Amino acid sequence: MNTMESSREIRPPSNNVGVVGWLKHNLFNGVFNSIITLVVLAVLIRVVPQFIQWAFIDAVWFTSGKECHEASGACWSVVTKNIRFNIFGYYPYDQQWRPLLAMLLLVGMLAYSRDWKRWNKKLGYGWLLALFVMGVLMKGGLFGLEPVETTKWSGLPLTLLLSFFGIAASYPLGVLLALGRQSDMIIIRSLSVVYIEMIRGVPLITLLFMSSVMFPLFLPEGVTIDKVLRAQAAIILFTAAYIAEVVRGGLQAMDKGQYEAAESMGLNYYQTMRLIILPQALKIVIPPTVGILISAFKDTSLVVIIALYDILNTTKSILNTPEWTGFSTEAYIFIAIVYYLCCFSMSQYSRRIEK
Amino acid sequence: MEEYQRSGTAAAGQQPIIEIIEMHKWFDDFHVLKDINLQVHPQEKIVICGPSGSGKSTLIRCINRLEEHQRGSIIVNGTELTRDLKNIEKVRTEVGMVFQHFNLFPHLTILDNLTLGPIWVRKMPKKEAEELAMHYLEIVHIPEQAGKYPGQISGGQQQRVAIARSLCMKPKIMLFDEPTSALDPEMIKEVLDVMVDLAHQGMTMLVVTHEMGFAKTVADRVIFMDFGEIVEENEPNEFFDNPRHDRTKLFLSQIL
Repeated sequence: MNTMESSREIRPPSNNVGVVGWLKHNLFNGVFNSIITLVVLAVLIRVVPQFIQWAFIDAVWFTSGKECHEASGACWSVVTKNIRFNIFGYYPYDQQWRPLLAMLLLVGMLAYSRDWKRWNKKLGYGWLLALFVMGVLMKGGLFGLEPVETTKWSGLPLTLLLSFFGIAASYPLGVLLALGRQSDMIIIRSLSVVYIEMIRGVPLITLLFMSSVMFPLFLPEGVTIDKVLRAQAAIILFTAAYIAEVVRGGLQAMDKGQYEAAESMGLNYYQTMRLIILPQALKIVIPPTVGILISAFKDTSLVVIIALYDILNTTKSILNTPEWTGFSTEAYIFIAIVYYLCCFSMSQYSRRIEK
Repeated sequence: MEEYQRSGTAAAGQQPIIEIIEMHKWFDDFHVLKDINLQVHPQEKIVICGPSGSGKSTLIRCINRLEEHQRGSIIVNGTELTRDLKNIEKVRTEVGMVFQHFNLFPHLTILDNLTLGPIWVRKMPKKEAEELAMHYLEIVHIPEQAGKYPGQISGGQQQRVAIARSLCMKPKIMLFDEPTSALDPEMIKEVLDVMVDLAHQGMTMLVVTHEMGFAKTVADRVIFMDFGEIVEENEPNEFFDNPRHDRTKLFLSQIL
């Protein structure tokens, strides 16, 4: 059969390939690694069966809180029985299809935009339209939809809203700040430096407090600004400062020759930045940028502190009801999975764009 | 490289296209260019040589204001270079520059590298710019590489693309800053050939180079710089056969 195969070619020794070879190479490659392998194995053997016993075999899934207290395993009922409150919070019960639809629209748009080759003007208009539709769905008051106050927005839609707009607005703002910090104009440069250093010197919680408690004190009487909007602004301003520093790193990594080549062709500052420098600099800094955006996503849970009900806070409310007290492990595992799925998608998403 | 009829000296009666008068430049305290006086006439080819650190690159970078001079004046095609951005951009559209390290835009294809200037600076329609770009790619003998990215072609090809990119702006003057210094020896000739062709077509050229063969065949004048000064300038045969200054003699003995 194999006439192509040279007669000189012989099979490698059996202990270098296949399962044995793999084990030898990856797990028992030296004394120290062998010990580590054995220790890890011992821990896994003790922990994994016990976890499976608790999480699946002894677990109850769709019971009341009372029966849960009698079960020896995990009480997933705390998740399943409260899923709608957990996800949609205080949004009117019979209207919850609206935030659901809005979230699906968001996910759909993001999924479609994952390939940057599809990014064009049409997609931009598509996004504007989608954002408008999402806004109408959430807020209501148009097309016969019942108006819903923003104070009732809560749960996962609130988390996604704060993160999405936090990310979408802080990114361009951060780029502008980075350019400002590199600017030759001293006033712009100093303002950017002061802004970035001030924001980075303060925890997000402080900003959230300021925006929700202190900021209204400065407003004239009768003027109020939406609480969600204020929290949103704080998140945007905070994240932008961090983005700015990462982007500055990218700008500094650029070869001076790129600026010179662009300038010597007669391109002006904006053209040079938009066409030559930023496309390259931003691409270099995609990995650290995604790190910041992921932590911005997780930081939205800090809005708990100003009494906004994001998905973490709705979970806490559930655990505060007598029926479900004591099942925090299960409830938090569920939230952890939700957060993990979102963050993992973000990092996968960025990898696609990086190509 | 074949011999060809020099044109520059014949044009000496014309108005100079570049005029540098008593120009000085400092990098902080370091006096890098001292009292430079230079007139370049249309179609003249000037080769500038000198030891490293002599200010030759800085001199030609002053001509399109990649470097700012602090005293004296530089007038390019009737526009004096001052802090005025409008003037600087005007001069830059008329002066092409080729760098030692090519400085192609790595995120754009060869074709996009070439059309960028015409489209954004000259406001040319895309289709027309692409035709122009292909025309110049043919002149530098690599039209087949149009769809590739700079990282996918050789150094010599990249430098030829860089020359074509400058030509797409239809410049009146071309500056070359050590265009072959970063190239492997076997690629130097292909770039020099393109530059010789360009010289034949009457381009005004200022070339910083150590390629003395190129200077002998193409240059109307050779300028020798040392310690920020123009030490000697002469037509090439005189320059190489009868250098007048000791510093020139020393330099020539080291490189020839």
